[in-house]
Amino acid sequence: MSSLLDYAIPGVPYGCEFALLAVGLVLTFRATGVFNLAFGAQAFVSAFVFDLLDEYAHWPQWAAFAVAVLVLAPGLGLALDHFLCRPIRTASTTAKVVSSLGLLIAIPQSIPIIFGGRTRHRIGYLWLNPNIVYFHIGSTPVNGADISTTVVTLGVVLGLMAMFRWTSAGLTMRAVVESRRLASLEGVNAGRVAAGAWALSSLLAGLAGVMLLPQSNSIDPTNPLEFTTLLVAGITAAAMAGMSSLPVALVGGIGLGVLENLLVKFLPPGGVLAQGLLPSLPFIVLVGVLLANPRLRHLDQSSDPLASVDPPPPPRAIAIRDKRLELPMKWGFRLLVIAFVVSCLTWVPGNWVFPLGQGLVFSVIFLSITLITGMSGQLSLCQASFAGIGAFTAGQLALHMGLPVLLGAVVGAVLAAVVGVVLALLVIRVSGLLLTLVTLAFALFADNVLFQFSWTGGGVAGLVVPRPAMGSVNFNNDRAFVMLALVVLALCMGVVVLIQRGTVGRYLAAMRGSPTAAASLGINLSWSKVTVFALSAGMAGLGGALYGSIEGPISSTDFNYVLSLVWVVVVITTGAQTVEGAVQAGMAFAVFAQVLTYLPQRVAGIEFIMFAVGALTYAAHPEGIVEYQRSIWMARVGRWLEAWDERRSRMARSGMPPGSAATGAVAGGVGGAPGSAVPGALPASAPGSAPAGGAYHA
Amino acid sequence: MSPMLLEAEGLCASYGSYRALFGVSLALPEGSVMALLGSNGAGKSTLARVFTGLVASTGGTVRFAGCDITNLPAWRIARMGLVHVPEGRGVFGSLSVEENLVLSFRRRAGRSEVSTALERAYGAFPVLAERRRQQAATLSGGQQRMLSLAKVLAVPPRLLVVDELSLGLAPVIVDAVYDGLVAIRSNGTTLLVVEQQVDRALALADLAVVLAKGAVAWQGPAAGAATAMEGILGTGSVVDAGSRPGQPDSAGQPDRPGRPDSAGQPDSVGTGEGAGEMGRSC
Repeated sequence: MSSLLDYAIPGVPYGCEFALLAVGLVLTFRATGVFNLAFGAQAFVSAFVFDLLDEYAHWPQWAAFAVAVLVLAPGLGLALDHFLCRPIRTASTTAKVVSSLGLLIAIPQSIPIIFGGRTRHRIGYLWLNPNIVYFHIGSTPVNGADISTTVVTLGVVLGLMAMFRWTSAGLTMRAVVESRRLASLEGVNAGRVAAGAWALSSLLAGLAGVMLLPQSNSIDPTNPLEFTTLLVAGITAAAMAGMSSLPVALVGGIGLGVLENLLVKFLPPGGVLAQGLLPSLPFIVLVGVLLANPRLRHLDQSSDPLASVDPPPPPRAIAIRDKRLELPMKWGFRLLVIAFVVSCLTWVPGNWVFPLGQGLVFSVIFLSITLITGMSGQLSLCQASFAGIGAFTAGQLALHMGLPVLLGAVVGAVLAAVVGVVLALLVIRVSGLLLTLVTLAFALFADNVLFQFSWTGGGVAGLVVPRPAMGSVNFNNDRAFVMLALVVLALCMGVVVLIQRGTVGRYLAAMRGSPTAAASLGINLSWSKVTVFALSAGMAGLGGALYGSIEGPISSTDFNYVLSLVWVVVVITTGAQTVEGAVQAGMAFAVFAQVLTYLPQRVAGIEFIMFAVGALTYAAHPEGIVEYQRSIWMARVGRWLEAWDERRSRMARSGMPPGSAATGAVAGGVGGAPGSAVPGALPASAPGSAPAGGAYHA
Repeated sequence: MSPMLLEAEGLCASYGSYRALFGVSLALPEGSVMALLGSNGAGKSTLARVFTGLVASTGGTVRFAGCDITNLPAWRIARMGLVHVPEGRGVFGSLSVEENLVLSFRRRAGRSEVSTALERAYGAFPVLAERRRQQAATLSGGQQRMLSLAKVLAVPPRLLVVDELSLGLAPVIVDAVYDGLVAIRSNGTTLLVVEQQVDRALALADLAVVLAKGAVAWQGPAAGAATAMEGILGTGSVVDAGSRPGQPDSAGQPDRPGRPDSAGQPDSVGTGEGAGEMGRSC
């Protein structure tokens, strides 16, 4: 028994780290309604600046702490509140998650640009020295970091609980959380309270970051998401607490840490169980908690009794083309494709053919995001994992069984679809935010566990996916591969368009509009959801196999979870509703990356930042920036055509006598008005259809 | 002369691209009770929300006690002494009964007055005292309305806007709730009652305004409202108030506020005097 305790005790400070993150997540979610995925990134910023000042600038510890945690962190929170939260206050939970996703990517990527990209190895610490053992509990040594982590976590949780229960500020904050409108009717300045909540939660993130510093071996600005791995454990603890109870979050976090520690001691070291089970523990627990806790299923539903006061969400902009534009655009598109093919085969330099091929392959993968996010409105954060499954399957089959790569790609796609179905069946009863969290957890699970085995990701050495060959035709040449990718992409686009126009597409459009109304029409939502999840996973798997094939040697890092996040953000920014959006996103992503190779290494993150900032507009333009601009330009061109028509008809009448010319002009004006009003009133004319999900378009 | 506490002039409002109000004008003298009537979707609740700052107006002005409060944030308007009890659940469900009251009293009565205000509230509605530690969401619908009214009874505001107070309540409970409104009125609070149960509201009111399709269809003394309502709602269409036969003269000019007999000169209310009387300046 005492030996069990000896094993459990070291888990407590470890679990306190989870708890600190969990408490921060719960606080932010409760106080602002945003599930702040960027919490880890905020923690990283404070940790980085603290370390910079402490170790590099030789500031005294307290001064570094004051600047990094007490000034910088709340300042960041206030900035986020002002520039990010106000515009999305009334937006859907998905829009809020997308925004925090954008931040999660943008914040850490901007650090190397601001501070330079040097990795730091002398890690600073706060308060007590982690290298000194202060005392023993039983036979367990307790070092400085253990003590400070535990004490700070307990202090923070107790302090917050006391604040919420007994202080006026806490009472006001709870009221604002429940209903901002109702609180303002009581004379509460809700905006200021929300800003305060952001500052507080950001302060907590900074504190967590600095407390976690001794645990990381280095602070690497190019790998700024290392705290996010810890975040899954934090999410798990927060989910245990039903996203509401601070003490349960504390206990859950500590319990998770203790459990992990006990497993380390009792599982045979080096065995499959220890290697596989241990890192996936938070994922397993998270899925268990999400499925077992019915309270969590209603997480995204607003409890605000005055929610109807808010204006309806912005309508989706739909590009309505003037009829006269149909033909030129059709031919323009064909010419573009021909020009692309001819260019790739002839004059485009070799180092540009490769990224173009990559762009086509990305487009295939991104179509999977169009399916799941654009069509069903669910945010999946594990598309890179599905792509990895496809790629590794194709590679392993080619390596061990000599299967042709294209066939292997199909097998990989099917396998990815099967995994997608299993995952969809797991989360069939949840949606929205919880689905997003489960997929994020799965991405981390695939990244840390599934792809680490030599029989999947090829281990450290990686795996080579060969280029396909068809009889005598061999696609080793990049130019030839581009042609192949183009054909596959065209097929996939066709499939997606067919799905969009078919029954499943209509069902999903109905579901996106109102799940309740769709269910009352007899639509089986679960079945539609599983179908689209499987299709999306399969398409990602196919694209992943192609990606492996164009790259050649691949390893688990090519499909890590960060890519999933980045890809989703890229597609959403460009336009997740249409197949064109996915292709534009794929090409832009690959081409920008190639352009950036001409720029200094330091600004390499700028591409991610660009797309991530674009994702912040999701709340206002859920159809994507490109799609939105396109609809505006379509409307504009339509108006120009109208005006031109009108002028021409007026010119034709100008030869008539003055009296009849005047009547003619009036008649022309009246006749032209309804026609020109249609494209002109476009953004405002859609709302009738948008809330009902009628904004579906092929 | 009784000054106008609340005046609206040509108010327009919309939700997104859906327009809800088209140039609504009315005036509410201090100390009176106005019933705001109309069918579903006539714009009653929207009008109430524009008054209290929940919905931004797209045109027109609102004056409260002589101050222009058009499009001020809701919390500022609330602090000026205009209390709005919204439609449906108007309490914080996650807070306890006492916390709901304390939250309200701290701002409107001041910290030192909280305990006496609590006593008054519990005195008016003893059932709330029994349930002071209970979460407000677990109260019945009627008890939740009583909680909303208890806030107002204990610390009387200058103007109370109540929205669909009787919605979803049993008749016995509606009686109790309306008794509460009578008590609030006797405290000197001016009332604007938005209601679909016409007879209830008119029994309490001095004045009535009938909205139809986002515009004022009729306004005048409460006594004449019932017949006017029949004409307006019975035909199912907006009727120009001026053209209806058998209507009180005071409603002949649709934009003119109707007044009780005691009212003096209708227009150009001395806003200066009004501001001088206010507890808080604007």
